[in-house]
Amino acid sequence: MANFVALLIAGLSTGALYALVAVGFTLMWQTSQTINFAQGEFVMLPAFFMLAAMNRGAPYWLALAVGVALSLAILGLAFKRLLVDPMLRHGVLPLAIATMALSSFLKESVKTFYSAEASPFPSPAPSSDLKVLGVAVSWQSLAGLIAALLAVTFLQLGLSRTRIGRQMQAAAQNPTVAQILGLPVERLILYAFLLNAALVALASALVSPIYLAKFSNGETLGQAAFIAAIVGGFNQVRGAVVGGLLLGVVENLGAAYISDAYRDAIPLFVLVVVILFRPNGLVGRAEERTV
Amino acid sequence: MIGGAQSRIAAAAGLAAVATLIVAPLFLRRYGLYLVSDWAVMTIAAMGLNLTLGYAGQVSLAQGAFVGVGAYSAAILTTHGWPFAAAMALALAVSFAVGWALGYPALRVRHHYLAFVTLAFSTLAFLVFRNEAWLTGGVEGIDGVPRPSLFGWSMRPPLAYAYFCLAALAFVAAAMAWLIRSPWGRSFLALRENPLRAQSLGVDTRRYTLLAFAIGSALGGAAGALYAPLVGLVEPPAFTLALSLNLLMMVIVGGSGYFLGPFLGALIAVMAPEWLRAWENYYLILYAVLVMGLLVVSPTGILGLIDRYALHRAAAEASAARAALKPSIEGP
Amino acid sequence: MGRGWTWLCLLGGLAAAPQAAGAADTINLIDLAELSGSGATVGTNFKNGADLAVDEINANGGVLGAKIAITHWDTQSNAGVAKALAEKALDAQPYALLGPGYSGSVKVVAPLAADAGVAEIMGGEAADLTRAGNKFLFRTSFGQQSSMPKIARYIADDLKAKTAAIVYVNNDFGKGGNDSIVKEFDKRGVKVLLDDSTEAGQADFSADAIKVKAANPDVVFVYLNEEESARMLKELRKADVTKPLVGETTLIGQKVIELAGDAANGAIGHVGLTTDAPAPALKAYRDRFFAKYHYVPDHNGIKGYLAIYMIKAATEKMGKIDPKGLPDALHGLSISAAKEPGILLDLTIDGNGDLDRESFIGRVVDGKQVITEVLPKLNP
Repeated sequence: MANFVALLIAGLSTGALYALVAVGFTLMWQTSQTINFAQGEFVMLPAFFMLAAMNRGAPYWLALAVGVALSLAILGLAFKRLLVDPMLRHGVLPLAIATMALSSFLKESVKTFYSAEASPFPSPAPSSDLKVLGVAVSWQSLAGLIAALLAVTFLQLGLSRTRIGRQMQAAAQNPTVAQILGLPVERLILYAFLLNAALVALASALVSPIYLAKFSNGETLGQAAFIAAIVGGFNQVRGAVVGGLLLGVVENLGAAYISDAYRDAIPLFVLVVVILFRPNGLVGRAEERTV
Repeated sequence: MIGGAQSRIAAAAGLAAVATLIVAPLFLRRYGLYLVSDWAVMTIAAMGLNLTLGYAGQVSLAQGAFVGVGAYSAAILTTHGWPFAAAMALALAVSFAVGWALGYPALRVRHHYLAFVTLAFSTLAFLVFRNEAWLTGGVEGIDGVPRPSLFGWSMRPPLAYAYFCLAALAFVAAAMAWLIRSPWGRSFLALRENPLRAQSLGVDTRRYTLLAFAIGSALGGAAGALYAPLVGLVEPPAFTLALSLNLLMMVIVGGSGYFLGPFLGALIAVMAPEWLRAWENYYLILYAVLVMGLLVVSPTGILGLIDRYALHRAAAEASAARAALKPSIEGP
Repeated sequence: MGRGWTWLCLLGGLAAAPQAAGAADTINLIDLAELSGSGATVGTNFKNGADLAVDEINANGGVLGAKIAITHWDTQSNAGVAKALAEKALDAQPYALLGPGYSGSVKVVAPLAADAGVAEIMGGEAADLTRAGNKFLFRTSFGQQSSMPKIARYIADDLKAKTAAIVYVNNDFGKGGNDSIVKEFDKRGVKVLLDDSTEAGQADFSADAIKVKAANPDVVFVYLNEEESARMLKELRKADVTKPLVGETTLIGQKVIELAGDAANGAIGHVGLTTDAPAPALKAYRDRFFAKYHYVPDHNGIKGYLAIYMIKAATEKMGKIDPKGLPDALHGLSISAAKEPGILLDLTIDGNGDLDRESFIGRVVDGKQVITEVLPKLNP
């Protein structure tokens, strides 16, 4: 029984990190029908901005600020203006493929210009463990879990309670009518991208101490985010959290109790089952069908 | 295209291209022959994906896994002494059947969810290839896959196998051309352009989508059966999601939905490391930038870009012709 | 339609571009390395080590007066690409081939090199590579058939273990090691209670650590790559596993110690190629590598470096620059580090291309790797 609890808690901490990455993914789909295959690399990259700053002597908090700022500029603004805007009217698929190329670009750039090796990454949380219900949990994982939950709560509140949040939702659901009503649709979509850039920067700072900063981190994280978002419900931010946590727990329990050699297949199996029987995800609402 | 002259030029160019493909291998050394064979194999796989994606409008992320299924089927049979024809038949049959089985429940739900099911299958296939050592040789794979013999003529020399692959490509291309022009092909096109209208006209969209996906997957399997003797070693890392994404990129960059799109896309993917070799370490970065740039400029790929330019030229010529005929207000 | 075909021909014609041959007084080496894809770290480190060696040798007058020119081609961690590049490389008639690092890629390249009579010096560790009777293939490290018996003997005799749990990474590196150690344990009567596979790039090892704890073995054998070893060590510490943890270079390397912190203390490993060994040549090499590349070389970095020096030593033994004679010169060659510091440790190459070299048992004490035992060469 103690084993089960330990696995559950470990799974929840990993799942919280997946959730953080999945939230931004869902947000971009909701607001602009962008499927961002480079989301994993978006999480990998800010850590390297921060490492570069720290290598030049910046203290942690300054490096964090630098990382967030560069993330907003490059993964938010530049991404939207240079890649998404020109391609959006051509449909979902070409943009999705372009993000695949982008993920390769980011990965290879880090590998070539920074290092092919993994680098340790500092964490504001202590590196020791805490005993919860007789099971050791690392402070870093706990920090990740708390930060993820806080971020999502604020996001959810922001989207539903503030005026800008509601405007963003309106622009996402029906851009044409929103425009007619006088909403600055373009700017609202930009906000969504900037929000995602901030979220991935945060996720990067939380994930990298555990995963270690390596150019190939994006691969596993990206796929996990993708699965978490679909399983949870692609059109609900809450869904990303549910999906992420569920994914982390299922991965761990599956590896321990079902099969170690097939552990990668278990989350995908869950994905297939969920979309066959609940196509809008566990928490998602049914989307309107456009004719 | 307008004008008989243009069609004649196109036909001549087409003939020249085919002639080049027939003659060029004689002047190539082993590396060049390997590239030609690899290009032919990848084009076959990309043609299958083009059928699924470009004509039936479905995203498949498992084409690489089907190449693997075909490769392993062929490798298992041929290393046990079975003839290549049997290996190819098995590769086609298994890929078609698995494609049908995968697509059947997925398409019941919603069209773009086939992407997710194929994603899951891609991972599962890799794990099966790697874990089931009794069947697939596990992590080490199957080594020493023999090349076929045609009427006692061995295809082992690189030149012979290159021609074998090119011949296979020609056969598949002809079959595809026939398929596209057939009533089936027109149904596929209808699926892509307007599924609702197609359905209202009595086209069983689900069945045709499934058929397109299954045939596309079978072509992936066929490519795999040719790939196994080409490399000689069949191992799991060659058939991961990365291959599926690579094939997807080939189709899109060449021009999704164009008949020659896969040919062009595969050529670029196979040759890019060569052409960009001057940039050494940076070639992957450069390739990614080029792909992004191309897609921004032309989401319909290179052939789409050429087509747009041709239409633009044609439109400009037509406007000029109209302007020339327009009577002016000043009298004669 | 026609435009498409024209494009195809134009672009395709470039495939036939002829290769330029090297100048007569340079030694042309071609390295097939995994510079992208899953093996990027392996291939990049091998390349960096080789480049460092080439720079050093050329600065000191070259080999028998001839400079070495080395080119690196990216196999993309793909056996098909490796095979194609090998064909291309052999077309260019190099002095010798280096790499690949991945055993699968080595398997497709080795027959081609053998057919062309060109020596191939590579980093693959799979046991069966040198057992196929290929007289042109040479290792730069121990094959798993050499290292695993040493580890098993240490576990059975020195640690007196009767039961063991194994955690390995499920790729050709880890699976090969797992198969070897399972056989060796069987020979020595050590019972395997748990044989747990993990994925390359895996980040969460809590499930595996818990399974190890539950199995309660006398010893845990950990065979993962560096980052994963660090994560596993941390999880084992969290799961309160107190039994000895034994592995190879990838368990107790300096990078692992850095990444795992306290959790690495007490880990034991059999190290063949480590910059922490009590050999001055190795320490000096590490400093030179760090000065040029700003990171500490792993065993792949050492392999690349060694490959070049092996070629130098064999060529000097021949007294002439003869690619056809290189394989024979390498077989049976003994190189001493006193006479040729670039070889880092005394080395003998046997008739199968395997290496005989001393190795070490090390333990992590207070955040540092300490060598506790020197295992001599089989034939000193």
